[in-house]
Amino acid sequence: MKQKTVAVVGAAETTEMGKIPNTSQLMLHADAALNAMKDAGLTAKDIDGVATAGDSPVEIAHYLGITPTWVDGTSVGGCSFMLHVRHAAAAINEGLCNTVLITHAESGRSRVGARRFSRDPASQSGQFEVPFGITNPPTMFTIPALRYMKQYGVTEGDVAHVAVVQREWASKNPRASFRDLITVDDVLNSKMIAWPFRLLMCCLVTDGGGALILTSAERAKDFPQKPVYILGTGESCETPMISQMEDFTTSKAFRVSGKKAFDEAGIRHSDVDHLMIYDAFAHLPIYGLEDLGFCERGEGAAFIREGNTRPGGKLPLNTNGGGLSYMHSGMYGMYALQESVRQMRGIAPAQVPGAKISIAHGVGGMFAASGTIVFSNEPL
Amino acid sequence: MAEYNRPLPSPTPETRHFWEGCREGELRLQRCTSCTESYFPPRPFCPACGSREVEIYKASGKATLYSYIINHRPRPDFGDQPHSIAVVELAEGPRMMTNVVDCPQTPDALTLDMPLEVTFEKANDEISLPKFRPAKG
Repeated sequence: MKQKTVAVVGAAETTEMGKIPNTSQLMLHADAALNAMKDAGLTAKDIDGVATAGDSPVEIAHYLGITPTWVDGTSVGGCSFMLHVRHAAAAINEGLCNTVLITHAESGRSRVGARRFSRDPASQSGQFEVPFGITNPPTMFTIPALRYMKQYGVTEGDVAHVAVVQREWASKNPRASFRDLITVDDVLNSKMIAWPFRLLMCCLVTDGGGALILTSAERAKDFPQKPVYILGTGESCETPMISQMEDFTTSKAFRVSGKKAFDEAGIRHSDVDHLMIYDAFAHLPIYGLEDLGFCERGEGAAFIREGNTRPGGKLPLNTNGGGLSYMHSGMYGMYALQESVRQMRGIAPAQVPGAKISIAHGVGGMFAASGTIVFSNEPL
Repeated sequence: MAEYNRPLPSPTPETRHFWEGCREGELRLQRCTSCTESYFPPRPFCPACGSREVEIYKASGKATLYSYIINHRPRPDFGDQPHSIAVVELAEGPRMMTNVVDCPQTPDALTLDMPLEVTFEKANDEISLPKFRPAKG
């Protein structure tokens, strides 16, 4: 896509996050959407494009009173919102719509009006994975890690270190679910979930949501907030079955999506001031750093252990605390995007001083899909 | 068999030969007769080259342990002890999910790349699941 032709002009999360037992999943979408519209100075009448994942965009549009001329229900897991941003940018550039609302909400913890996940026993996963005891992400997303750890001599302590560093970021964020600093020993002594993964290497399960509003860069300067421009985008997918990943030490979807976004943006890795990598589990930032090209293969864990991604480091990573400490309602990609937008607006609780380029990189399913967005706060 | 109060596969027309093979104690793979690629899960065309000229054959049942976890979360249908959920690499190339059985479910007993062989666990008259155990010699 063309650089900086589209911008984020509205961004907000749900009013509350964490445990919200008095609100349905549908109303969490609406709460985030209303907050984002207020942020952008718009009402539902001004929106003509709607995208969401998990739930139907038809339901969201009708609930909010929007009559769209463009609808996107791409639902490929937690990175779906990165794909929506990409698709929305293309749609705005093509003139299919002018002002797009992207919503995410999940009553992940309280399960109020939330859909149940189930896999048809005749589906590929239902036939060839579910019978062996996979239940949910902790027993699926974790399976490749041991092969990675053996190949590169990465220890459980190295993986634990990812959670320790992200808690440092979370400690600076009043909205983070977990804010008390932790040590590698704390992580390694936490409850065993699926060896080699322990509780503090796994994401939270919370309620919440978020929404974004995008429009053309030309219109963006007339909005109340500082525009955050789309500099480059990428997306890809690999396999619906974790067992069928091509290589357990690297994600093909990450590599393809990341390269596409970097190429579109025309940036080098040294240009990136701020990075979000969807961390449903502690190994994901390690894979992400390598598959996006910030580190050589096998060096991601050492890069984090040596302090490069912590506060004051050269590549601030997951500065909201991430899915491990900030929040994770089920499809976390929206919160990574929100933090990138806050950093580009200069209003993040743990603001990276002078940050001009931010990347939000998402994963969907269990290494099934990926989406990457490069943001900039500088106009062309 | 109380232990098989577990989710079981529903074969489809494209996968029935695989599950019939398991019931008869054979691990059946497919191979492209154009490009000779072996593949899994089953489908009536080659995922490498797109050819519909494919054949079903009996695999060796030999594999190595590619990666795994030991699940500690409650799964009463799998008993009250932690159990492995593994991905094995078949000698013919494709990988598949399974459980490693007939050995302690511990990191020390389950070492990556250890040689394994298939064994079939009967769930009911239609379905037997392919599991893998440490290879005997």
